[in-house]
Amino acid sequence: MLYREAGLFKTTYTADQALFPIPLDRYFVLAVLAVAFLVVPLVANEYWLQAVLIPFLVFSMAALGLNLLTGYAGQISLGTGGFMAVGAYMTYKIATGFPDLPIVVAFLLSGLCAAAVGVLFGIPSLRIKGFYLAVATLAAQFFLSWMFNKVPWFYNYSPSGTVTAPPRTLLGITVTGPEASAEVRYLLALTLVAVLALAAKNLVRGRVGRGWMAIRDMDIAAEIIGFRPYRTKLLAFAVSSFYCGVAGAMSLFLWLGSAETEAFSINVSFQVLFMVIIGGLGSILGSFLGAAFITLVPVFLTNAPQLVGLSMPVDLQKHIELMIFGGLIVFFLIVEPHGLARLWQIAKEKLRRWPFPY
Amino acid sequence: MEMLRALTYGPLVEMWEYPIFLAEVALNGLLTGVMYSLVALGFVLIFKASGVFNFAQGVMVLFSALSLVGLMEHGVPVWAALVLTVVIMVVLAMVIERVMLRPLVNQDPIILFMSTIGLTFFLEGFGETIWGSNVKRLDVGIPDAPLDIGGVLVSTFDLWAAAIGATMVVVLAIFFQKTPIGRALRAVADDHQAALSVGIPLRTIWVVVWSVAGMVALVAGIMWGSKSGVQFSLSLIALKALPVLILGGFTSVPGAIIGGLIIGVGEKVAEVYWGPAVGGAIENWFAYVLALLFLLFRPQGLFGERIIERV
Repeated sequence: MLYREAGLFKTTYTADQALFPIPLDRYFVLAVLAVAFLVVPLVANEYWLQAVLIPFLVFSMAALGLNLLTGYAGQISLGTGGFMAVGAYMTYKIATGFPDLPIVVAFLLSGLCAAAVGVLFGIPSLRIKGFYLAVATLAAQFFLSWMFNKVPWFYNYSPSGTVTAPPRTLLGITVTGPEASAEVRYLLALTLVAVLALAAKNLVRGRVGRGWMAIRDMDIAAEIIGFRPYRTKLLAFAVSSFYCGVAGAMSLFLWLGSAETEAFSINVSFQVLFMVIIGGLGSILGSFLGAAFITLVPVFLTNAPQLVGLSMPVDLQKHIELMIFGGLIVFFLIVEPHGLARLWQIAKEKLRRWPFPY
Repeated sequence: MEMLRALTYGPLVEMWEYPIFLAEVALNGLLTGVMYSLVALGFVLIFKASGVFNFAQGVMVLFSALSLVGLMEHGVPVWAALVLTVVIMVVLAMVIERVMLRPLVNQDPIILFMSTIGLTFFLEGFGETIWGSNVKRLDVGIPDAPLDIGGVLVSTFDLWAAAIGATMVVVLAIFFQKTPIGRALRAVADDHQAALSVGIPLRTIWVVVWSVAGMVALVAGIMWGSKSGVQFSLSLIALKALPVLILGGFTSVPGAIIGGLIIGVGEKVAEVYWGPAVGGAIENWFAYVLALLFLLFRPQGLFGERIIERV
C-alpha cells in the first residue's frame, strides 16, 4: 500500500521516460538530496564530515565507476586504485600548472586523462576474460603506482614525493587546501557525486547501458546481435575510469589534502570491489549502500570498544577489527550474495503488499 | 642518448660481455621462481578442484609459517611443530569448507573470489591476534652457505628450496595420478556433476584439496619464512604468484612451475639490467606486464585448458 507502481496514469512520453517514473521514488530521492545538501552540513561536526561523510562520498564515486565496469559491463577490474591515482595526480598537475582554471574543470579534465589510461589498460579485455582479466588489470595498478612514485614530474619534483592540494577558490569560496572548511568540501563532493550519479543512472538505462549488459550476459551473443564488443568494452573502461579518476581527484583535494601513491594502493582497489559486491552488482543504489557499509564498519569497529568501556592494546584491536571485517564480508556474501541493493528490493516488495501480505 | 642506450641495447651488450654475472642473475631468478611456483601451486590445486580462485593462499602461507614459529617459540621441537601445523592446516580446511564454501555452493565465481578475500582479512587478523605481529625468525635447520659452482655463487639454501620444490611436485604428481583420492580429485576438476553422479563425495574432496593446499602453503611458508623472516609481508607474495598463475594457466600444475621460473628469471634480469635506467623497483609490475604480453597471444595461459565458448 505504501509503495506501488500500479495505478500511475501517464499522459506524455516525457512522463513515461522519466528517470524515476514512480512519484514515490522521485520524492524519496529529492528528500534524500535535500537532507544531504541542507540539513547535514548544519548538523554534522568536523569529525563526522572528515572521517565519515567525505570518504563515503569519495568511495561512492569510485564504487559507482567500478560498478559500471564490473556490474554492468561484466569486466572485473582490480585497477581502481591506479585509475584513482591518475585522477589525483593529473588534477594536481593541472591545478598547479594552470592556477586560474576553475578547480571543477581540473577535476573533470583529470577524469578524462584517467579515461584515456583506462582505455589503454582495457585493451587486453578484448582477448582476456574473467579472472585472467582481473589479474591483468593488476598490471595497471602496480605500473601506475610505480610510475607516480618514480617519475618526479608528476609530483612537481617535491623532495618528499607527496602531492598536496593547493588552495583554490570556487565562486569566491576556498574549496580546497588546508584553509577550506569541511562543510564546503563536503558540499562540493556531494554536488559532484549527485550530478555524476544521475548521469550514470541515465547512461545505464539507454543504448550504452544496454550494450554493456548484453556484453556482460554473453559477449558472443551480444556480438551476433550487433553490439561491437571492442567499442562497448572500451567505452565501459573509459567511463568507469573517468568516475574513478574524479573519485581520486576528490580524495586528494577534498578529503586527504595531501597524499602519496600509498593512498591509492591495491587495498583501495579491493575495498572498492568489496563495496560493489556487497552493495550489489549492476545497481547504482548498490554502489552507495556498499560504500556506506565499507566506510562505516571500520569507523564503528574502531569506536565500539570505547563505547562499551573496553580498552585493549592498539595492535590487538587492529587485528580484531580485521577479523571482524573479514568475517562480516563472508557473512554478507553468504546471506545475500546479490548485495544490499537486493535487500532494498525485497523491502520494497514487502512495502507493496503491506499491510495485506499473502 | 645515454638514457636510450640504457633502455634498449646497452644491457644486452653487458650481458654478452659478462656471461658469469648474467648466469648468476638468471640462476638467482630461477631459484626465486621456484619459490613463486610453490605459492602458485596452492592456487592451482584449489582452482582445479573447486573452481575457486583462492586469494587467501598468500595469507595461508603466512598463517602456516606463523603457527609453526609460534609453536616452536613455545618450546615444541621442530618435528612436532611441523606435525601440529599440518593438523592446524587440515582443521582450517575443514572449517573453511563447513563455514564458507558449503553455504556458497553454486554462487558466481566472483562471489567465491570475494569471500576468499574476506577470508584473507580474517586469517590475517586471526593469525596475528594469536601469534603476535612482530617479525620472527624461522630456523628449521636448512643449511645456508655460499657455494661455488663453476664460478657462479649459489646459496645452498636456494638449492635446498629447489630440491624441496621439485620433490613436492613429484609427490603431488604421484598423488594425483596414482592414488584413488588423486583420481577422484581429477574427476572433480574435470566435471563436478559427472563426479557427483559416480559417487565421489564433493565435500570430502574439497576438504582434501584445501588441506593439500594448506600443506603446500606450509612448505612455501617455511621456505619464505627462513629466507626473509615471518612477518605480515609474507602474505603479499600472493600478489607475486598471480602473474605466475595467469602465465602458466589457472588449471595447470606444470604451468605453475614453468610460469614461476619464467617470471622469476624475467623479473630479476629486468630489474638488474633495465631497472637502473628507469629508477629501479620495476620488479613489482614487470611480472604482470610480462604475463600480460603472454596472455595477448594465449588468453588461457601457456598450459591452461583451451577456453571453448558456446552460445
